[in-house]
Amino acid sequence: MLRFLVRRFIGAVVILFLLSMVTFVLFFGVPRDPALLMCGKTCNPDSIANIHHVLGLDKPITEQYGIFLHNLVMGSDQFAQGPCPAPCFGYSYHTNEAVWGTLMDRLPTTVSLTLGAAVCFLLVGLGTGLLAAWRRGTLIDKTATAGAMVISALQIYFLGPLALAILVYQTHWFDKPAYNPVSQSPVSWFTGLIIPWVVLSTIFAAQYTRMARSSMIEQLQEEHVRTARAKGMSRAYVFFRYAWRGSLIPIVTIFGIDLGSLFGGAIITEYTFSLPGLGQLAVQSVFFSDLPLLLGVMLFSASMILLFNIIVDALYAFIDPRVRLS
Amino acid sequence: MTTLTKEAGAPTPAGAGPLLSVRDLHVSFKTEDGIVRAVDGLSFDLERGRTLGIVGESGSGKSVTNLTILGLHNPMFTTVEGEILLDGRELTTARESELEKLRGNKVAMIFQDPLTALSPYYTVGRQIAEPYMKHNGASKKEAWQRAVEMLGKVGIPNPVERAKDYPHQFSGGMRQRAMIAMALVCDPDLLIADEPTTALDVTVQAQILDLLKDLQQEFGSGIIFITHDLGVIADMADDIMVMYAGGAVERGTTGEVLRAPRHPYTWGLLNSMPRLDSDLGAPLSPIPGSPPSLLTPPSGCRFHPRCTFQDRVEGTGRCVRERPLLAPDRASACHLTADQKRTIFIEEIKPRLG
Repeated sequence: MLRFLVRRFIGAVVILFLLSMVTFVLFFGVPRDPALLMCGKTCNPDSIANIHHVLGLDKPITEQYGIFLHNLVMGSDQFAQGPCPAPCFGYSYHTNEAVWGTLMDRLPTTVSLTLGAAVCFLLVGLGTGLLAAWRRGTLIDKTATAGAMVISALQIYFLGPLALAILVYQTHWFDKPAYNPVSQSPVSWFTGLIIPWVVLSTIFAAQYTRMARSSMIEQLQEEHVRTARAKGMSRAYVFFRYAWRGSLIPIVTIFGIDLGSLFGGAIITEYTFSLPGLGQLAVQSVFFSDLPLLLGVMLFSASMILLFNIIVDALYAFIDPRVRLS
Repeated sequence: MTTLTKEAGAPTPAGAGPLLSVRDLHVSFKTEDGIVRAVDGLSFDLERGRTLGIVGESGSGKSVTNLTILGLHNPMFTTVEGEILLDGRELTTARESELEKLRGNKVAMIFQDPLTALSPYYTVGRQIAEPYMKHNGASKKEAWQRAVEMLGKVGIPNPVERAKDYPHQFSGGMRQRAMIAMALVCDPDLLIADEPTTALDVTVQAQILDLLKDLQQEFGSGIIFITHDLGVIADMADDIMVMYAGGAVERGTTGEVLRAPRHPYTWGLLNSMPRLDSDLGAPLSPIPGSPPSLLTPPSGCRFHPRCTFQDRVEGTGRCVRERPLLAPDRASACHLTADQKRTIFIEEIKPRLG
């Protein structure tokens, strides 16, 4: 198990390395100069050259990449803005703030949004899916299946503004979405995030309903499930002990992917509700051609996805003894 | 006394009559294409301690019959008519909770492929212990000890350690032994073995069959043994019922059915068996045609489209019009006269069997 984890972590580092390289190449491949955005009204060739020099953009791309890697691992005190300990992504072109610090500032918003939504969509989605599978073919099942189908066809940028318009601006039942740190006021943290949670988890819950239902129905047709029934175990016992165990594999797989990508920033949700999370940061960095920030967000999001992938693979071993031994 | 059909009558009191008595059983499934009549008017009896072999092609209704005995059909799509009496107790109308108490306790089942029939997620010991805990109210520890004991009984070496293993750590033959241990853990009166040796290689097959016979001696269970392998059935069964298209076409003791079969379908089955002492180049002679669709079964005798003897029956087209009935006891459902059956078998079929 330990060897497996070490191998996977090394693989993840290699992927991140390649990813940073590709990002670098793509950034310089795009005919867009960050200096043009920065120099404002006083733009002339001299000032642009000056900005290039200050940002280090006048150096060859390989050298710039070398510096980036060095700073990332070792940190750097070469920046005019101040010292930059490892992991150092440098300072944002746009805000002039340390990229790592910005990421860490934005992270709690994204984590709060993701975890809260994940709890909701797992409970609701899996619960509905299991109920539908248990009552397969009945009205309950058909309603759940049809409802899930309709809801998963909706988009956050439709459902989000709709929820805002009705629940916040017209009825004033809920607060306007905002992020308040849980350490300051747990209540306003909760009330500020409840609408984003509900909207985000509604769409995910619909997908998990469909997945849990189909996965359970598939498992219930397995022969070993029939064997368990043939030896006199009750329907509920067989449902939860035998079929559920097998259904966990696809559910955990998808959940790992979803959680990883949500931790990297739920871009549309954060934009819809103006939540200052990592997703907003990602859009900003692209918009302002902000290379350090772009690299920071990219690598952070990718790390999250890779990390959850490894966690999922490790979980397989707990769920399925056949994985454990091979 | 053999296990042949008596006249259907009043339910027999527990303990006196046959262990299992199936009367005019009809099982049909609703599908998108229509109604599939998987079992169509089947009757048979099984006495305690005896083995009934059910032979037939895939889709002849043998597995469906046995799943129905256990009540494991999906009630939403399945219609069951007729009677299934276990020890005089009616099972087709029994409540689910009653059936649960019988399954694995009075009636146990061994499935064809032990790899897919055992759960990959739990240890072999746990899977054997589960029904013992449920039906005997045993504690976890007692049930585990019983599981280990059963694994020893079915010939698993070092059962104390092997009980902690998962099914995938067992070989094919050992898995089927574990499956048998699981079926017998509550000492059932009736054991249904659904092609228990089909997935195993031949040497292991022989071991498993010997094991089943030994355990039957010890536990005194009645066994229904489903197979399409006549060699296996000759070895295992006291009586044979041949099934075709959802109904029984011939029955009798093993000796009677295999030595003097009376139904064209049984002749076909015997004929299509390869023999070790025949010429290597000699082609097998399969039964012409393919098994009928149970959505639209053939009229009259279900076997008539594939039968090469139908023109010898008195009265033209009788096989197409009229369904032959299966009489009680030693019998075959065919319009040929008893004399014809005897003559055809001795003069035309037997020489070819060698």
